[in-house]
Amino acid sequence: MARYLLRRLGLAVVTLWILSLIVFVAGQILPGNPARAVLGPLAAPSAVRALDHQLGVDRPLVTRYLGWLGGLLHGYMGKSYAYQSAVEPFIRAALINSAKLGALALVIIIPLGILGGVVAALNYGRAVDRVISLTGSSAATVPEFVSGIVVIVVFGVTLKVLPVTAAAGAGAPFLTQLRYLILPAVPLVLVLFGYIARMARAGTIEALESDYARTATLKGLKRSVVIRRHILRNSLLPTITVIATQTGYLIGGLVVVETLFNYQGIGKLIFSAAIAKDFPMLEAGVLTIGVVYMIATLAADMLTFSLNPRLRVEGLE
Amino acid sequence: MTDVVATAPAQITPALRARRELPTWRLLLRRPSFVIGAMILLFWIVCAVFGNAIAPHDPLAQNLLSINKPPSAAHWFGTDSLGRDVLSRVIVGARTILIITPLATLLGTVLGTALGLAMGYFGGWLDTLVSRLVEAVLALPAVIIAFLFIVALGASITTLIIVIGFIFTPLIARTVRSAVQVERQLDYLSSARLLGERPMRIMFVEILPNVIPTVVVEFTVRLGYAIFAVATLAFLGFGVQVSTPNWGSDINASYGLLGAGFWWTTLFPALAIAFLVIAINLVADSVQQAAAG
Repeated sequence: MARYLLRRLGLAVVTLWILSLIVFVAGQILPGNPARAVLGPLAAPSAVRALDHQLGVDRPLVTRYLGWLGGLLHGYMGKSYAYQSAVEPFIRAALINSAKLGALALVIIIPLGILGGVVAALNYGRAVDRVISLTGSSAATVPEFVSGIVVIVVFGVTLKVLPVTAAAGAGAPFLTQLRYLILPAVPLVLVLFGYIARMARAGTIEALESDYARTATLKGLKRSVVIRRHILRNSLLPTITVIATQTGYLIGGLVVVETLFNYQGIGKLIFSAAIAKDFPMLEAGVLTIGVVYMIATLAADMLTFSLNPRLRVEGLE
Repeated sequence: MTDVVATAPAQITPALRARRELPTWRLLLRRPSFVIGAMILLFWIVCAVFGNAIAPHDPLAQNLLSINKPPSAAHWFGTDSLGRDVLSRVIVGARTILIITPLATLLGTVLGTALGLAMGYFGGWLDTLVSRLVEAVLALPAVIIAFLFIVALGASITTLIIVIGFIFTPLIARTVRSAVQVERQLDYLSSARLLGERPMRIMFVEILPNVIPTVVVEFTVRLGYAIFAVATLAFLGFGVQVSTPNWGSDINASYGLLGAGFWWTTLFPALAIAFLVIAINLVADSVQQAAAG
């Protein structure tokens, strides 16, 4: 088990390194001069050159990459061009906001997706199954801003029952914050429903066809007991893994949803940084997302590992 | 498989045999989900091709005397903040997205299939390297990678096609790779190798025809995601800077007015996107089921 985890951890580090390269290269090929972006079009060329030097963007590419990477290893993520201060506080605040929204979406989607998948599997091949599967795959391809607009128009503009922005204000009571986050969570839920339901369905169908399910039925257990005790426990394992891998997807959705609902999360932070050509903020934000994704994937692996005794002997692969 | 069918025709009833001998496209036409999806898709293709002839008004004509008017008999979908007819803009807006997305998906499919064939056939360092790359790409939401590069390269039809095509390449390669690895176990490949066929010939002449169903399914599924990506980028303000209307860009320009109650300028282009992606998903799902048998 320890060897397996070490291997996974090593692979995660390699992936993160590749990710840092992608992010850095993408940041470097962004057109426009950061000093020019900070000082505005009327600044004197000498002032621009001076700020370029101060920001360090006139150094060679490799030096800058190594400097940036070295800083990251010491927990220093860089200094924002736009705010002229360290990026960590911005990243931290945005991450907390996004975590609230993401957590609400997951709390709704996990039971809903599993329920959908299990119901579809128990009705395998019937109309209910087709409807759930097609609804799920269709909802997954509808962009978040489209479903977001539909819920805003229905609940915010027409029925006027829920707020159309996500900003409840700092220090608002929990229930008020929750009320403001309901509409933004809907598009995220819709996009993820299909994946989770599909995995739960596939796992349940496999478990239903297994020998142990037949044995349990033949020895006279009630169908509800067979489903609860024998089938669900086995069918939900792959679903857990998929939920973790979809965290990356969830964060992609956050960029769009946070922009649409004007919510100060990590997605909106990255988006604003890209527009403002604030590379350190952009690179730190994107890398943070990568790290969150890696942690989620690793956590899922460990959870799968601890839930499935067979793997402890054989190892995953 | 074919041997079994050929040597045991007696057990198969004539009706069943007729059904089995139907070509795939005839089987597809029997699926209601395919027919509905294909009809909606056809509708948008007609709009994309003949949009300017169908549209009741000039989609670019501004009328500052009737701005932000709700839906009426003269303007079924209302008018936008410059007094342009929203219905006409929705109809003509199908064109840009229906040019970009199939080409981007095609690029990703061709490159991804070639890469997947090589990964699955050769294995080794190439396989390891590309698998790591896929992991890294998956760790970032596709939309974020796309907008990083679009910001860098500028949004044009060509850059959108290339960026989305390149993002899809490793994802498609991974799927094709799994299919190739299944093929590798089969005897015909050992025979081909024993006959002294060269790797290129084995990959493209022996293996490729057998993984084509996987490739076709992957293409149709990815097409839906290409529309997802292009529409989302346009919504974020990275739409193609052309004079023709574009759903995502129209939404980007008007969603700020949602709170003020001007819902029609945003909702109708959004519904257009929803109908297009759902149609493609219905088609993709049917193709997938047909390919699975």
